Amino acid sequence: MAWARKDLLGIAGLDPAEIVEVLDTAATMKDISSREIKKVPVLRGKTVVNLFFEASTRTRVSFEIAEKRLSADAVNVSASGSSVSKGETLLDTARNLQAMNPDIIVLRHSCPGTPAMLAARLPAAVVNAGDGAHEHPTQALLDLFTIRERLGRIAGLTVGIFGDIAHSRVARSDVLALRALGARVLVGGPPGMIPPGIVELGAEVAPRLEAMLPAVDVLIMLRIQLERQGGALFPSAREYATHFGLSADRLRLGRPGLLVMHPGPVNRGVEVAPEVADGPQSLILDQVTSGVAVRMAVLYLLSGVHRAPAAEEGRGGA
Amino acid sequence: MNAKAEILDEAGIRRALVRIAHEILEKNQGLADVVLVGLRSRGDHIARRLGEILREIEGSGVPVGVLDVTLYRDDLAHAAHWPRVQRTEVPFPVEGRHVVLVDDVLFTGRSVRAALDSLMDLGRPRSIQLAVLVDRGHRELPIRADFVGKNVPTARREAVRVLLRETDGEDRVVIAEGEGERR
Repeated sequence: MAWARKDLLGIAGLDPAEIVEVLDTAATMKDISSREIKKVPVLRGKTVVNLFFEASTRTRVSFEIAEKRLSADAVNVSASGSSVSKGETLLDTARNLQAMNPDIIVLRHSCPGTPAMLAARLPAAVVNAGDGAHEHPTQALLDLFTIRERLGRIAGLTVGIFGDIAHSRVARSDVLALRALGARVLVGGPPGMIPPGIVELGAEVAPRLEAMLPAVDVLIMLRIQLERQGGALFPSAREYATHFGLSADRLRLGRPGLLVMHPGPVNRGVEVAPEVADGPQSLILDQVTSGVAVRMAVLYLLSGVHRAPAAEEGRGGA
Repeated sequence: MNAKAEILDEAGIRRALVRIAHEILEKNQGLADVVLVGLRSRGDHIARRLGEILREIEGSGVPVGVLDVTLYRDDLAHAAHWPRVQRTEVPFPVEGRHVVLVDDVLFTGRSVRAALDSLMDLGRPRSIQLAVLVDRGHRELPIRADFVGKNVPTARREAVRVLLRETDGEDRVVIAEGEGERR
């Protein structure tokens, strides 16, 4: 299929063929990252602006490496120190950036819907790198890529997502993407952290980790946003670890080949015990490697939509 | 496809490849450090066939790899369809080897230019040679093949179609009219 979307705003609305297109393209991109010369010229001359209004080292660096491996020129803008802190609106910031003619804008913002708002107003392609508790499509795509790479498929698997589902854009995007490709999804977490709408997205609720473990092929443990919770939903990190954390003992309740994932950064000893995070069943670092490949694939596919009108037919022996 | 003339039939393709195999052996004085790398798509199948013929002649095989040059093309901005990237599979070092690049048709030379860049990113070969089943002329870059199955003078508006068992169910090379320019 031909990729025809200008932007990547979320998993919602993508059809399964488009998701598979990203995953297949990412497989090729991953090969590039393992070579001695980790660079191809395909986006030479393209400018990508990474506009991060929320702190994020991992995602921003992942996008930046992806951009550089495709030979694009990457520019980083963060909210602190930018004109945003001087009172300029997001739209004005974006319009000013657009006046410098970038090809792609990668946006992270705490407010849901901001990538869609920019995408509707700017000619540049917009990639949602996380908007509030709404969506984080490249994280979901890299999770699927990691699972497919290890297990060879998505359809027919049962994947558990455990933790603060209510505040997690990762959970939302993961549920949509996994369901689109035919996986069964169980979600669970502490009381008050499972939003009612998650069932409408196609997930089943299995609140207790002990009940979820024997049923799943893959378990995605979510990060507890210690900085955001302020102790409102559980008393302490230690108590969370005791009741809801994935310890080595709890892991033994699962199937022998159960794979453990986490979008990072891991609160060691809180959501996942150190021996599990570093153990043979952990795919946490594989996810980081997959992230670069998936973001390269997304940038490649989006950049193709902005080409000049067709001059002549594509390829063939030359 | 509106085939105007057949340039090679199944036996003709086989004969051309056997001759190229002998020429590769002669030029490199054997197969020491020789590897074959075919360009997707169809150059990869021709490279595998050349590999088989070399094994029949010499009794020992050569490594065969596949190159997808999409990410190195200079004409993506003009492409009617943003091409699907496929895997490059060169599972052996090219460093210090004699790499024989294999393609079905040599036309403008732009795919070969992209393949040269792509190969150089994989390592530093001792030499790169070019083998093609058909050279149809109309070069836009200073590139020529070391081994040619058949030289076919063509008009630019014509298209050369290489049909292979592996992809098309039959072995034939034909000239087709009115399909526009293909690079």
